Amino acid sequence: MRLNLRVWRQKNAGTEGAMATYEVDGVSPDMSFLEMLDTLNEDLILRGEDPVAFDHDCREGICGACSLVIDGEAHGPERTTTCQLHMRSFRDGDTIDVEPWRASAFPVVKDLVVDRSAFDRVIQAGGYISAPTGSAPEAHATPVPKADADSAFEHAECIGCGACVAACPNGSAMLFTSAKINHLNVLPQGSPERETRVLDMVAQMDAEGFGGCTLTGECATACPKGIPLPSIAAMNKEWLRALRKAPRG
Amino acid sequence: MAVSGLIMLGYLVAHVAGNLKVFFGPEEFNAYGHWLRVMGAPVLHHEWALWLVRIVLLAAVVAHAVSAYQLSRRDIKARPTAYVHRRKRSSYATRTMRWGGIILALFIVWHVLDLTTGTVHPGGFEEGKPYQNVVDTFSTWYGNVVYIVAMLALGLHVRHGFWSAAQTLGVGSARRERLLKVLANALALVLTAGFVSVPLAVMTGVVS
Amino acid sequence: MSYPDYTTGEPITDTKAPAGPIADRWDTRRFEARLVNPANRRKHRIIVVGTGLAGGSAGATLAEQGYQVVQFCFQDSPRRAHSIAAQGGINAAKNYRNDGDSIHRLFYDTVKGGDFRARESNVHRLAQISVEIIDQCVAQGVPFAREYGGLLDTRSFGGVQVSRTFYARGQTGQQLLLGAYQALSRQIAAGNVEMHARTEMLDLIVVDGRARGIVARDLITGEVSTHYADAVVLASGGYGNVFYLSTNAMNSNATAVWRAHRRGAYFANPCFTQIHPTCIPRTGDHQSKLTLMSESLRNDGRIWVPRSKGDTRPAADIPEDERDYYLERIYPSFGNLVPRDIASRAAKNVCDEGRGVGPGGQGVYLDFADAIRRMGRAKVEEKYGNLFDMYARITAENPYEVPMRIYPAVHYTMGGLWVDYDLQTTVPGLFAIGEANFSDHGANRLGASALMQGLADGYFVLPATINDYLARHPSSEPLDDDHPVVREVLAETEDRLHLLLSVDGDRTPDSFHRELGELMWEYCGMARTEEGLTKALRRIPEIREEFWSRIKVPGTGEEFNQSLEKANRIVDYLELAELMCLDALHRAESCGGHFREESQTPDGEAARRDEEFAYAAAWEFSGAAPVLHKEDLTFEYVHPTQRSYA
Repeated sequence: MRLNLRVWRQKNAGTEGAMATYEVDGVSPDMSFLEMLDTLNEDLILRGEDPVAFDHDCREGICGACSLVIDGEAHGPERTTTCQLHMRSFRDGDTIDVEPWRASAFPVVKDLVVDRSAFDRVIQAGGYISAPTGSAPEAHATPVPKADADSAFEHAECIGCGACVAACPNGSAMLFTSAKINHLNVLPQGSPERETRVLDMVAQMDAEGFGGCTLTGECATACPKGIPLPSIAAMNKEWLRALRKAPRG
Repeated sequence: MAVSGLIMLGYLVAHVAGNLKVFFGPEEFNAYGHWLRVMGAPVLHHEWALWLVRIVLLAAVVAHAVSAYQLSRRDIKARPTAYVHRRKRSSYATRTMRWGGIILALFIVWHVLDLTTGTVHPGGFEEGKPYQNVVDTFSTWYGNVVYIVAMLALGLHVRHGFWSAAQTLGVGSARRERLLKVLANALALVLTAGFVSVPLAVMTGVVS
Repeated sequence: MSYPDYTTGEPITDTKAPAGPIADRWDTRRFEARLVNPANRRKHRIIVVGTGLAGGSAGATLAEQGYQVVQFCFQDSPRRAHSIAAQGGINAAKNYRNDGDSIHRLFYDTVKGGDFRARESNVHRLAQISVEIIDQCVAQGVPFAREYGGLLDTRSFGGVQVSRTFYARGQTGQQLLLGAYQALSRQIAAGNVEMHARTEMLDLIVVDGRARGIVARDLITGEVSTHYADAVVLASGGYGNVFYLSTNAMNSNATAVWRAHRRGAYFANPCFTQIHPTCIPRTGDHQSKLTLMSESLRNDGRIWVPRSKGDTRPAADIPEDERDYYLERIYPSFGNLVPRDIASRAAKNVCDEGRGVGPGGQGVYLDFADAIRRMGRAKVEEKYGNLFDMYARITAENPYEVPMRIYPAVHYTMGGLWVDYDLQTTVPGLFAIGEANFSDHGANRLGASALMQGLADGYFVLPATINDYLARHPSSEPLDDDHPVVREVLAETEDRLHLLLSVDGDRTPDSFHRELGELMWEYCGMARTEEGLTKALRRIPEIREEFWSRIKVPGTGEEFNQSLEKANRIVDYLELAELMCLDALHRAESCGGHFREESQTPDGEAARRDEEFAYAAAWEFSGAAPVLHKEDLTFEYVHPTQRSYA
């Protein structure tokens, strides 16, 4: 396969960027999208040009590092991570646009690499259960109904890639935040911090400059792990409940 | 956003029910218009109840508009750079909400000036004769166009707005997802069809 | 530098391991280890490199205890460490199934699974702690799989006959890592951990014989800076990426451990690498990494190849009596659940016989047809759905309908920095935990044991043992960048980066990495021979020389430069690879994952030579010929026998 790539190039956070066009030849349908970019970069290095910077690590769809907007869609046309997108999803001669995540809370670092540390700070605000090492009771002391455990797991699957923010026309992080809240708040272990968790995480989310939610549903459509849209409603419910239960000064 | 929207939605449901009275002839419709003024009597003074409703509505409109403005500003700030590659299906709901909201705001101004104060009314506006006033308005082509376009916008706005309000208030859940969507669609359909039936009836001569 | 040969130095002993009954040793050590007064902990700074299961759990726990933790990861967030990709599960001797499990059995299975090349004391401690890990993780909200009664579910893994593996669908590593990450996040928010993401350790600072800090590069700005502490903990993972293609993440690397080795930490058993039997076969030269399919699939999947050579019919057209379920045939009692090293070698053997399937004959079938018939597609989907989806996505084949094709791939490195019972390396004040050390898995790691070891080290072992070191060194001389040692280390790092940028040759970093990887897979992979290893030892210095004359790294050092990061890691692979081959050559026996063709039983199993090789090989860096220090292994509780899974 032979492809035309239009890739966002930006030297660093302080400079302006622009799309640049490259031709990539000899692409195999079995290649992953990132392996196709590897091929381009090998060429660029040998031609003495700066290779395209992009985040990636596990290439198994679980670390959440890869983060490309391909033809206007976060992680591209299939519902998966960029590293698990294969070139068989494209056709010979296609022109493909590759851009970084766009959100003011995710500033561009270089080319296709963005800074997602805002997500870490949202977790730091309360996305945990305070259980210092050594303090744990016997694991079977508190049975957890299977339905709750399964629901917690489905939300805990979030890989923190940021596709939800990238896809949202408002740059909102509601789906990401709700995934963690729904993971922890449904478990008996997470219940003592239930109110402060949701209030603090939502406050931090707002402070990071993420947009508001207008329920466009783009986040859930882009999510490679299938975190569902109703998670947001469930978080809103927790938040309203917490406002009633834990009024703070 | 959700609360003010729901207040207005509640009002609209009452409003559309009242509008449909137009099909029972001028006496009944005018009498209904009169009742709105004496509602709550004798406990309340003439038109007090009506003014109470108007104040609450005005507050809801203002709150809705202010939060819409703040939310939009925040959203635009959170996503200052658009993607070079544009896609069709994105932000359908956002577009209908933002532009639909602006259309509706302009419509409300016209609607009040037309049928409440009579300032821009096309015929000879007569206080206490709402039936004739309605017929006058919908006897002009622009009255029909403005009204029907606004009601279609209203349908789209309510469709996404009602469902969103349910999510915001935490009523939504995976289980209720379908129910809420059906309810939102039904509300939108009933409101739009109910409101639009009046100008259609005037145009076709069913109401005259 | 080159390794023409090696010299043998003084034997090394683990002076921290207590004597006495094995079940009491950990208690004894914890009691004998000195403590640091809670009020004094605030005065100590500890550097932790890495935020995987070991590093994340250690950073969080040390911070909870009151130490000032300074932590580093090269990823953009501590949540991305490669522990996240572990699929199958974590072992614990809970015996919730009442199937005869116990701490002693987990200990026994692990020592035997490691083919008698691990320390009994360490393994026993690991088995004891396994129980607490599950409690800890459940308290943190790790959503393990549960049964309808609300209790925890378990499954079986290779090399054992009990069901002791706790899991969270096929994403156990992710869930455990997020638990540790969240605990760490809590400490970051509390101001107890100073977190440096996108910052890579490039060297170790050793002053007056003690580890006192690191040199690190900010990957965004390119700035090279120093960080000082009273102790340094390496939790930087394994070195499987020496092989280029492995199941490791693309950026997992050996720089931290190799630089520590060059600064005096002994490197133990570098040739002990694990080749995992169930990976998706490679499709072509473009391949950048290999993807694992969890070993848990062997619980229900049956492995087979055609009975006759060169049978190219589709799997469905091969009748039952023309299939060879070779693991079930050769190892009837463990069947498809034999340990990894054995399953991998068996796959290699049938492929070498010309009975492999798929492109190039480099694959065997992992077939779920029987399982789907037995328990229904829905149940199979519930148990393995995400793995099947992943397989379908990568290969464009539907594993519910055609059997999966699998082939062994490099997965884990049992070798690592030599540590004593306290997890301290031979450099005082330098500790190594998780996959970065060598101590618990011997010559072969059992499935679901890596997560157990990483968390045991990080949550429980290191936080207990590091106190002893800090209590013995209550104050450290303040350091700054003007200290002669620091100046020298900084200059070396900067010179190395500068040199990489200035060669301006005609080959990319990846081309060298790939060449080295192919060489290592060929000669230091699943089967090793004296001839092959000698050849590799001759070839590696040549590649290294070529590297330094032909490497091309674009850009500058003062910016985000992924080519520079990669090239700098390859520098270390090119040295470590040589030590791996040397270690494999000197160990003229087969054990676990290290299979020397010269040393096998008549039926082709690994033949250990205990009288000569019952030791851990700890290598000292000398700049020229490495020095071998042997740590003799003694077995008081599990007596070495020829492993039998038949």
